[in-house]
Amino acid sequence: MSFVDLILDSISIPGVNYSLLLILAVLIPGLIIFLLMTVNAIVAVYMERKISAFMQDRLGPMEVGLFGFKGGKKFWGGIGQTIADAIKLLAKEDIIPKDADRFMMMLAPFIIFIASFITFIGVPLSNEFLISDFNIGLLYIIAMSSVGVIGIILAGWSSNNKWSLYGAMRAASQIISYEIPIGMTLLLPVIITGGLSVHAIVEWQLDHRWLIIHSPFTFVAFIIFFISGVAETNRTPFDIPEAESELVAGWMTEYSGFRWSLFFLSEYTNMLIISLVGAFVFLGGWGSPLTLINIIPSSYMFLEGPFLGMLWLLLKAIILIFIMMWFRWTFPRLRVDQLMYLCWKVFIPFALFNILAVGIWEII
Amino acid sequence: MMEKDILKDKSIIETDEMVLNMGPQHPSTHGVLRLKIHTDGEVVSRIEPIIGYLHRCFEKHSENLPYEQITPFTDRCDYLSSMHMTHGYAMAVEKMMDIELPERVEYIRVIVSEFQRIASHVFFIGVFGLDVGAITPFTWVFRDRERIVDLFETLCGARLLYNYVWPGGVSHDLPEKFIRNSIEFLDYFEPQLDEVDNLLTTNKIFIERTADIGVMSKETAINYGVTGPSLRASGIPFDLRKNEPYSVYDKLDFDIPIGKGEMGTVGDSWDRYKVRLQEIKESVKILRQCFKSLPDGDVHAALPKKVRTKKGTVYSKYESSRGELGYYLMSDGKNIPLRLKMRSPAFSNLSVLSEISEGWMISDVITILGSLDIVLGEIDR
Repeated sequence: MSFVDLILDSISIPGVNYSLLLILAVLIPGLIIFLLMTVNAIVAVYMERKISAFMQDRLGPMEVGLFGFKGGKKFWGGIGQTIADAIKLLAKEDIIPKDADRFMMMLAPFIIFIASFITFIGVPLSNEFLISDFNIGLLYIIAMSSVGVIGIILAGWSSNNKWSLYGAMRAASQIISYEIPIGMTLLLPVIITGGLSVHAIVEWQLDHRWLIIHSPFTFVAFIIFFISGVAETNRTPFDIPEAESELVAGWMTEYSGFRWSLFFLSEYTNMLIISLVGAFVFLGGWGSPLTLINIIPSSYMFLEGPFLGMLWLLLKAIILIFIMMWFRWTFPRLRVDQLMYLCWKVFIPFALFNILAVGIWEII
Repeated sequence: MMEKDILKDKSIIETDEMVLNMGPQHPSTHGVLRLKIHTDGEVVSRIEPIIGYLHRCFEKHSENLPYEQITPFTDRCDYLSSMHMTHGYAMAVEKMMDIELPERVEYIRVIVSEFQRIASHVFFIGVFGLDVGAITPFTWVFRDRERIVDLFETLCGARLLYNYVWPGGVSHDLPEKFIRNSIEFLDYFEPQLDEVDNLLTTNKIFIERTADIGVMSKETAINYGVTGPSLRASGIPFDLRKNEPYSVYDKLDFDIPIGKGEMGTVGDSWDRYKVRLQEIKESVKILRQCFKSLPDGDVHAALPKKVRTKKGTVYSKYESSRGELGYYLMSDGKNIPLRLKMRSPAFSNLSVLSEISEGWMISDVITILGSLDIVLGEIDR
């Protein structure tokens, strides 16, 4: 049961206006996604700053508290920092260069934002918490996550800045290239489970086993998927489009204030989406990890359910996000041609072979 | 010409190189260097380094200042290895005045110079990591560099521009706990350096980004007058501390690391990084020997009451952390030099940039520029 269905189902209650319900069916899930994106960005930025700080022998943000709560010595020290930063970003002046293409430049952040926004519609949080339950869920996610490229190219081109143009070109080629291995690895679950919808994939995993341990090929597929996902979200070691030591800030060089914060928001949302997709496709979705160990008797099945399921799924996603952050603060950056080499000559052949191998494995 | 004609005949469409201005405000031009890069897509066809944004008339200033007052100006040239700059200058003036220095002064100078070399080289490792995208080593080496800066602070009160080495001596004797603190620091520092080494040196991505990139052959290096670690990375074991020993370096036992091309070709960016890493270890070795054999004495014994040189010219060479630092002094017998010319090592090292980085990509230009370890304060003077 998804949110949209839930709202539309109440049509059977007499005396409810249908058009009002339709508006609600759009507004409420939209609000939920927006809240989720904002909270995710605020939490993830704080997490990133603290994790990077501890990896680098620093303390990170330590000054800003929240409602008088000063926090402890280390991890909770600057708990209000990202909120303060968000307010600062919203209050900043919106600068548009004189020679920039005003309309395009103003439009671009919204396209990128909307791309990650609508991708979220297909991403589940648990078997009950799901914005809309498509029968083509996975296909929808793959398709929508690549809409953002248009916004990136627009942003880079309209800024009238050579660095932005370079960044946009790099980003476009990178994201389009890495769509392919992602699509190919996400084919494996479809072959195995025989369904494209989120429910079909996760229910199969709950009945049988997690896909990551289903066969060696799905394990390889998960690794390819995850690394490609890191590349898709433009994070180190694949942060070539916004490589700060080369391209200043890539395609967002000329942006500031609210428009820049939209970029930021969608970047962290994309991270969450990739992690959630990885979690529900390969890591058993909302299933409890305790079932992996067979010593747990079936009476412990109360550990599953809509709320705990959401907890498990988010926990898996957060672990994946942590690994992404770990990558970022330990690895140097690849070069453009090396990135393309990795995609076209390593990942795609492996992914293709994987499809064949899984096909044979399933027959046997 | 009509648009239609252009579409019909593809050969009419002109393709042109794109000119990129990298700097003077850019995150990785190490100061205010401006690079005019002619690119064909991502591939760089020509580079013109444009310098002079940090020109402070050091040489002209020196023609109007007494010898003692030039020392703080030399500090400001290469702000990452101030001790080397002042040490080199002091050696030039002493050569002109024929001053014999007490043994203790020489040892103290070697100690501060080697500490400065460590500070400068770890800084290089940090910013080189930043150039290729690794952020964590930067903060790690800054943590360690901080300890050296603290040691210098106890020594002379300053943290960046020390004005410590004077012609004829040093400004202060070593403070009481300096040697103990230094040895403590070295014990702490060596494992920390290994940690940075583990994180960066053999990282696959780091090797991909630096090995075989910007190969500087022996001939190119010599032709362009490249000195210092960049020259040694090309496989030439030339180090003034060994080849023409000054101060007390002939009494100390240390090796000259040279580039061996372990990960690619001799003289690539990885070699230039590795040579500096090994030089840090050699400096630690030198420091430990110096602390063992530090003699007693008065550091102010040979300080001249009045710095007044004899007529003539003198050229004095010094191995700074960036290469051969030379001071050419011309005097007419007054207390003010007639002319002071500084041979800046980073200037010669920068000149080789366009030669070795043509045909590489923009990202590689950043790597190569980073591996040359330039300081703009010293290039522009």
